[in-house]
Amino acid sequence: MNVIVCMKSVPSTETKVIVGDDGKSIDQTDIVYEINPYDEFAIEEGIKAKEAHGGKVTIITLGSGTATQNIRKGLAMGADEAIHLVCDGSSLIDSSVVAKLLADTIKELEFDLILCGKKSVDSDNQQVPNRIAHLLGIPAVTAISKLELSSDSAIATKNIEGGSETVNLNLPALFSAEKGLNEPRYASLPGIMAAKKKPLEEREVSLTDRKIELSSLELPPPKPEGRIIGEGPEAAEELVRVLREEAKVI
Amino acid sequence: MASGVLVFAEQREGVLKATSFECVSLGRKLLSDIGGELSVVLIGSAVSDMANEFEPYGVDKIYMADDSGLNYYDGGRYSEIIVSIIKDINPSAFIASASSMGKDIAPRVASSLDVGLAVECTNVEFYNGKISATRPIFAGKANIKVDFQNELQMLTIRPNVFASEPADTKTPEVIKVDAGSSKEPVSNVGHIQDERPELTEASIIVSGGRGMGGPENFSVTEKLADELGAAIGASRAVVDAGWRPHSEQVGQTGKTVSPNLYIACGISGAIQHIAGMSTSKVIVAVNKDADAPIFKIATYGIVGDLFEVVPKMIEHIKKLKG
Repeated sequence: MNVIVCMKSVPSTETKVIVGDDGKSIDQTDIVYEINPYDEFAIEEGIKAKEAHGGKVTIITLGSGTATQNIRKGLAMGADEAIHLVCDGSSLIDSSVVAKLLADTIKELEFDLILCGKKSVDSDNQQVPNRIAHLLGIPAVTAISKLELSSDSAIATKNIEGGSETVNLNLPALFSAEKGLNEPRYASLPGIMAAKKKPLEEREVSLTDRKIELSSLELPPPKPEGRIIGEGPEAAEELVRVLREEAKVI
Repeated sequence: MASGVLVFAEQREGVLKATSFECVSLGRKLLSDIGGELSVVLIGSAVSDMANEFEPYGVDKIYMADDSGLNYYDGGRYSEIIVSIIKDINPSAFIASASSMGKDIAPRVASSLDVGLAVECTNVEFYNGKISATRPIFAGKANIKVDFQNELQMLTIRPNVFASEPADTKTPEVIKVDAGSSKEPVSNVGHIQDERPELTEASIIVSGGRGMGGPENFSVTEKLADELGAAIGASRAVVDAGWRPHSEQVGQTGKTVSPNLYIACGISGAIQHIAGMSTSKVIVAVNKDADAPIFKIATYGIVGDLFEVVPKMIEHIKKLKG
């Protein structure tokens, strides 16, 4: 089973966002990049599919040079090879452009299964997986919490509001991972050593034909100063009163 | 020349989602700038009675695909129906709710039409002859404003942010459209119902963090949630510890929520948690540690032991209800 995993390198979830001088981008000073947390579940699921059905796992990443170390981390977890589509900087690029570049790359490869994270935790677009599936003409189930694979079909479960739905489909297909799909493994020391020798192909790409233009980036307005109602259980009565009479939310 | 607004009305199992009215209310507002008609696309099995529910909202037309094969959501088939309506009526804007279904269908439609899509919008304005949409990134640590390069401007809007506002009552014209057929061998085979409201749709959320001490103690916050008809939330720490399911996680790797009232119990307020809930209208924090960062963003706080404070809160809420 040949598996493609789309992986993005993103600012760590601990990052405090500072607006850059141009008013349209994030200040890059001190930003630490990590594998997009949802993509770690995709990598893990891809490695599990390979372990169960044979084949190989190829990571494809679109991003700047800061992604290289995280691609190596994915290879150290157990992926076999990687393609890095190298572009300059901005993480706030258009999902349409991203999906086309990834789909064009995937088209040239043999694959049975494409795995992505549900979304990237920086741009929060949650569009790329479905756009790739559409461009490749294959079915997709997004934000899955469970995947049962056979050699040519799959049963995927996703959580929806107030429940879950289960979908049966034939491969090739694309799935995007919700947190809880699996427990991503840590890279072993031999894995880290082996990753250094695994093929990592770099291709220069350019981002053109945007469908969305960004006009500004701002921090959310600061919250007005809050109020400590009091200490201990004696304050509960006053809290309930203000929620009812001032805030009118209960 | 494109004109008018098309809204995707979401229903599951015969129940129209309240968020559909948030979408039509926004659509109605945009019409004053965009011009044209307010149309709704309604897809499902035996959905014809739902058309009446749009009467108070000033909807002009309802495009309806009603077929027993559309009983369950099928992303491929649903999106083909919508794409064909869009090609037919050429709207200036398309609006869906940023629900599980909306987040799945909108990118499919956008890709099919080769256009841009602004997701989870929290504010929509009209500027220089175009829609300017504000949407959070980094789970709300920052907001961006975007506009569109195409004539068709596609949006999904965050639930609970835009008001549902009835307009002039009128009976929409119902237009039956081709229900298509499923090309993908996809079959939906089940669902489980939860008796609590869904986090992203709830107007009140009671959330627990590491201060809860262990999975066995959540009955305290569950009782408060029951009293308020609230959804249950959790911090990443307690989800990663296995105390609560991931479906309850609020934050950058969980759900982003904007309820009227968010009650944080024993949550210190890590940056990635705050990102997911800071747009809540009123935030209450109950925490032993007076220096916990959650107090910096809380509207009201109580410094104290949640196991003493929360039962007292329940007692006083019961009194209010009399």
